[in-house]
Amino acid sequence: MNKGSHAERLNHLPERESSDLDRETALKLFKDMTLGRRFEDKCAEMYYRGKMFGFVHLYNGQEAVSSGVIGAMKLKHDWFCSTYRDHVHALSAGVPAKEVMSELFGKETGCSKGRGGSMHLFSKEHHLLGGYAFIGEGIPVALGSAFTSRYKKDALKDETSDSVTAAFFGDGTCNNGQFFECLNMAQLWKLPIIFVVENNKWAIGMAHDRATSDPEIWKKANAFGMKGEEVDGMNVLAVREATQRAIQRARSGEGPTLLECLTYRFRGHSLADPDELRSEEEKDFWAKRDPIKGLEKVIKEKKLISNEELKSIEKEIDKEVNEAVDFALNANDPDPTELTKYIWAD
Amino acid sequence: MAGTLLFNALRDAIDEEMAKDPHVCVMGEDVGQYGGSYKVTKDLYEKYGELRVLDTPIAENSFTGMAVGAAMTGLRPIVEGMNMGFLLLAFNQISNNMGMLRYTSGGNFTIPTVVRGPGGVGRQLGAEHSQRLEAYFHAVPGIKIVACSTPTNAKGLMKAAIRDNNPVLFFEHVLLYNLSEELPKGDYICALDQADIVKEGKDITILTYSRMRHHCLKALEQLDSKGIDAELIDLISLKPFDLETISKSIKKTHKVIIVEECMKTGGIGAELIALINENCFDELDSRPVRLSSQDIPTPYNGKLENLTIIQPHQIVETAEQMITQGL
Repeated sequence: MNKGSHAERLNHLPERESSDLDRETALKLFKDMTLGRRFEDKCAEMYYRGKMFGFVHLYNGQEAVSSGVIGAMKLKHDWFCSTYRDHVHALSAGVPAKEVMSELFGKETGCSKGRGGSMHLFSKEHHLLGGYAFIGEGIPVALGSAFTSRYKKDALKDETSDSVTAAFFGDGTCNNGQFFECLNMAQLWKLPIIFVVENNKWAIGMAHDRATSDPEIWKKANAFGMKGEEVDGMNVLAVREATQRAIQRARSGEGPTLLECLTYRFRGHSLADPDELRSEEEKDFWAKRDPIKGLEKVIKEKKLISNEELKSIEKEIDKEVNEAVDFALNANDPDPTELTKYIWAD
Repeated sequence: MAGTLLFNALRDAIDEEMAKDPHVCVMGEDVGQYGGSYKVTKDLYEKYGELRVLDTPIAENSFTGMAVGAAMTGLRPIVEGMNMGFLLLAFNQISNNMGMLRYTSGGNFTIPTVVRGPGGVGRQLGAEHSQRLEAYFHAVPGIKIVACSTPTNAKGLMKAAIRDNNPVLFFEHVLLYNLSEELPKGDYICALDQADIVKEGKDITILTYSRMRHHCLKALEQLDSKGIDAELIDLISLKPFDLETISKSIKKTHKVIIVEECMKTGGIGAELIALINENCFDELDSRPVRLSSQDIPTPYNGKLENLTIIQPHQIVETAEQMITQGL
């Protein structure tokens, strides 16, 4: 393996203690990550059975990032902004599985009323600013949400305004202008935002180190005088703790943080990707660091949840996912007479 | 009472709306301390502070996207394009997010934003600063497009745009900022979707917008002296078109000329003619005519620049031909 490679960087991260994990948190994270995994596996099945269409990008392998970041934030208070790989962020933010599944089936009961699809999941109720399908375009939107938070506090003198926005995006996005422009503005105005890079090494078929002059993305924060952190993105507890530090900074007015989470997607870029470029050796390295298995190991070591209980949680989640599929299958398509509904606001 | 200059009419509109609603804010290049490159936001920074009148770095796509996010979470931002041409750099945010997001989100979010600034061919500003982006943005779903042309409609339209819950692209013209006019008293608005019948007439309909309204007015004087009674309509709303007013006029005159400053190919007039043919074909006594700018980058040389855009005499000649020769 190349020195300084993606995997090498993960191996060189310092060992961390997870002594403060309590049962309640362990349960929440395990449930959220398992839901993310099982939901995505079901999506692959439904896609191949011809129940969902278009481009579908699955999140398998990256669950520690969604659960670690969103799980550390206040639901329906803080804001979340995602990409085309947005199903699991939506679930972590609390959008019901049946609403996400319905959207993927193009149904009226979907969180975007069947008008958005896999890459355009939205939920105002759950503060999901959306899935954004083009690279980088969600970051300015997330910046705007963070701006509103500061505006309400400082221009409208609303002392309760302390929401933080998490903007998720990948390594490929970090070569795009909107990334740099928004880092600059966020730090300039000390906006309460966390830039969460899910560095899974591959921008479709472009390896990260072939696309960028310095692969260590977290260091780019330095250029803006911003706090940057490199995080084990396969370890939900490490992600959670780094997020808690970033939230602390954001809520206390110290401004943004750039978190680079080293992670890996276990599937191809999308379900249409033949995935021909990634080596078996590389896939094995990351499969051994499966974030859900990693959390299970800690749970067992600390005897926080019994094996039986973990199994029954998995069963519950499978039931929830199956119910979401049934719900979506039986839901109505959007009314054809409402084709142009939602273009204009009153 | 002294007249109000157009840029001050816009400024008054923004000031009054900001005073009334604390969620209204301005963002863009040099809108704050500098007061805007055409002084449309003069002194508002001092009055409302640095967050409500936000000086941004030169990052058009990102600050436009920031306005989208701010609008989704409760603010009502006005984005200034220092020159509307710069918004080519924000095309993605305007199209994908301002325009389409309400629909793709299934109505989850609304985007109450105004994107405003100077467009049009000025005096020898060169090709990049002389663009007419209204045509480029015309196909984007979910955005309203308006063009102001007098101090009175500038103020009334700006107030309506700020209050509208949809994204509005608001075109000002770089050569109209110093027009002066006495404004109506009090808090008035002009409907965003209504054309303005500038002068009633029975012989021919002239449809125009923005600075070309004033070229048409010059042409009207000459037509009048030739005994031609033209009806002049300022479209105001470029999207959607006020088809009702347009149809009514064509039913009366049976002839129509479109005078526009955008280029002919893919222009506002192209869409307008299609619409007229679809809706008023049987009313037409002669083919509809477009008088548009040349399909070229606006040249720097003043004489060439004048040749690029339509001049009043061309409007007169065309109207005369249509009426006397039935062309």
